Amino acid sequence: MKALLVGEYREGKLLESTYELIGFAQQANAEFELFLAGDKDQLPQVDSKVYLADAASVGEYNPTVHKQLILEAAEKAAADTIVFVHSSYGWDLAPRVALALEAAQVSEVVETTAEGYLLPACNAKLRRSVKATTGKTVITLQAGAFMAAEPAGTPQVEELSLDSASDIEFGGYEQAEAGGVDLGKAEIIVSAGRGVGKPENVEMIQALAKALGGEYGASRPVVDAGWAPHDRQVGTTGQVVSPKLYVACGISGAIQHLAGMKKSEFILAINTDKDAPINEVADVLVVADIKQFAPALTAKLEG
Amino acid sequence: MNILVCIKQVPDMESRFKVDAKGTWYEESDLAWRMNEYDEYAVEQAVQLKEQESGSDLTVLSIGPARVKETLKKALAMGADRAVQVVDDAAAEKDPFQMASVIAAFAKDKGFDVIFTGMQSQDRGSGQIGVLVAEMLGIPALTTAVEFAYADGAINVRRELEGGLKAVVTAKTPALVSCQLGLNTPRYPTLPNIMKAKKKELLEVPVADLLSAESRLTTLSLAYPEKKGSAQILEGEVADLVDQVIGILKEKTAVL
Ligand SMILES: Cc1cc2nc3c(=O)[nH]c(=O)nc-3n(C[C@H](O)[C@H](O)[C@H](O)COP(=O)(O)OP(=O)(O)OC[C@H]3O[C@@H](n4cnc5c(N)ncnc54)[C@H](O)[C@@H]3O)c2cc1C
Ligand SMILES: Nc1ncnc2c1ncn2[C@@H]1O[C@H](COP(=O)(O)O)[C@@H](O)[C@H]1O
Repeated sequence: MKALLVGEYREGKLLESTYELIGFAQQANAEFELFLAGDKDQLPQVDSKVYLADAASVGEYNPTVHKQLILEAAEKAAADTIVFVHSSYGWDLAPRVALALEAAQVSEVVETTAEGYLLPACNAKLRRSVKATTGKTVITLQAGAFMAAEPAGTPQVEELSLDSASDIEFGGYEQAEAGGVDLGKAEIIVSAGRGVGKPENVEMIQALAKALGGEYGASRPVVDAGWAPHDRQVGTTGQVVSPKLYVACGISGAIQHLAGMKKSEFILAINTDKDAPINEVADVLVVADIKQFAPALTAKLEG
Repeated sequence: MNILVCIKQVPDMESRFKVDAKGTWYEESDLAWRMNEYDEYAVEQAVQLKEQESGSDLTVLSIGPARVKETLKKALAMGADRAVQVVDDAAAEKDPFQMASVIAAFAKDKGFDVIFTGMQSQDRGSGQIGVLVAEMLGIPALTTAVEFAYADGAINVRRELEGGLKAVVTAKTPALVSCQLGLNTPRYPTLPNIMKAKKKELLEVPVADLLSAESRLTTLSLAYPEKKGSAQILEGEVADLVDQVIGILKEKTAVL
């Protein structure tokens, strides 16, 4: 494999996930070079070539222009595999690059195999093994699936530039309002998932959190439906927590939720589905209807 | 305004999946089917846009076997004007490149101003088809939308990034938007609208009329993941479960 790794910058900073790309390439024993649309004062520590486009001129998000630059870097690097992180940057850009290269794209790779790649299917209940039948392949790596490389070394920089118009205009970033609860500090978190069924039942979860002396949290659908405020959301697009006890109530365990809570010391899950992927990280999985179990546990703790 | 929404029918993710005889996909019998969650937001946004821009026309398209008609009917009941089933009994064997080629071939000469897709499908989750369709048609793709606005020929979207950050992006129509969870509140079809939907046009197009692309990706196998963790599984009467859980929390954690 001859890989071109596409790292990420955001708000002027190199993202840590760039080292997961390097870790992937090292683990695959691949020759690799990097492409970055970033800043020359913010380079990854790595002994390899880095094709660098200055974000001040090409933007941090500008898929039309980044695509052209990546194609140029891929050509120079004679890469057969272009590697992205499966992130908002990667899943936006990868199909554009794949189509231009007439390459197959393999999304959300969790493992490499002798023939190809393994990917999750059906909310990680199944694993799919796939093989590209094209000369070049574009892949995106599931965040956290590959061990990050240790920062070490000095890159050799080759600057790329492109003066071109884009059909997408970037108007800046918006940060979620600060304030609200900092779940990161809580020692006990009891979270409500879609399995609670209806908004009134979130109160049951709050009552259990109170009886245990902790905070309540929520999965994304509960927040999206307006049953709980956004500052309660746990996951990649919410808060990352690591309490002593995390109780997942009616939460299936999608990767984006797991990324927010899997470092908890002890994980108790209550779910009617014994096969729910939450059981990959849970210490105990109680197979029960949360509407019966939560009030019963609360009553016992209070009684 | 001429609008297209691409929707996929997927199994309920709480199903107990079985691998099929070929060993490359899941067994389709005994599954409950529904609209891909991300696509519900796409349909809702399209209906809202149609309501905003008078004289709009909204087509929904789904590639798949006869069962996808049920999902198309739901979209009609939510407010689409017309549904197109691209009839394909072997849709599950096609790769994202082929699926996108089919959609692009359908859309190419129809002058859609806005195309909506979900950001990913729940069963396969490649997250590719929307962007590929836009690239094939040569129009901008705005992905991962959590807010959408249209005015004067321009689409303004908030893209959701990681950790609570959003990016503000704009493109002129024609353009494609891929929809993320929470973009809006998808409506439930009302009974009168379900009745009205029965009279709406539901066209069938054979996939062979639209497909010329060769597959670029082969599925070798589908299997259960090797279990990484080993949760202790507790089953039984709720009262007993409560006692057991309290016992475990006392023994294994310092919180009680
Ligand atoms: C880019 C991106 C970012 C995302 N970010 C986040 C994030 O930050 N946080 C997040 O949570 N999600 C996030 N998601 C969404 C994520 O993929 C899942 O859709 C979501 O986590 C599912 O939430 P859930 O488990 O509550 O619901 P579901 O997946 O619908 O699961 C409900 C569970 O409840 C169980 N259940 C049903 N009834 C009962 C009952 N009576 N008693 C007990 N159990 C029951 C079911 O068996 C099922 O396992 C993101 C997705 C994307 C694409
Ligand atoms: N069979 C299909 N028919 C119509 N649209 C589809 C189909 N499969 C996927 N799509 C669309 O493409 C989006 C992304 O799917 P995927 O690339 O499979 O993750 C979905 O949210 C749908 O909008």
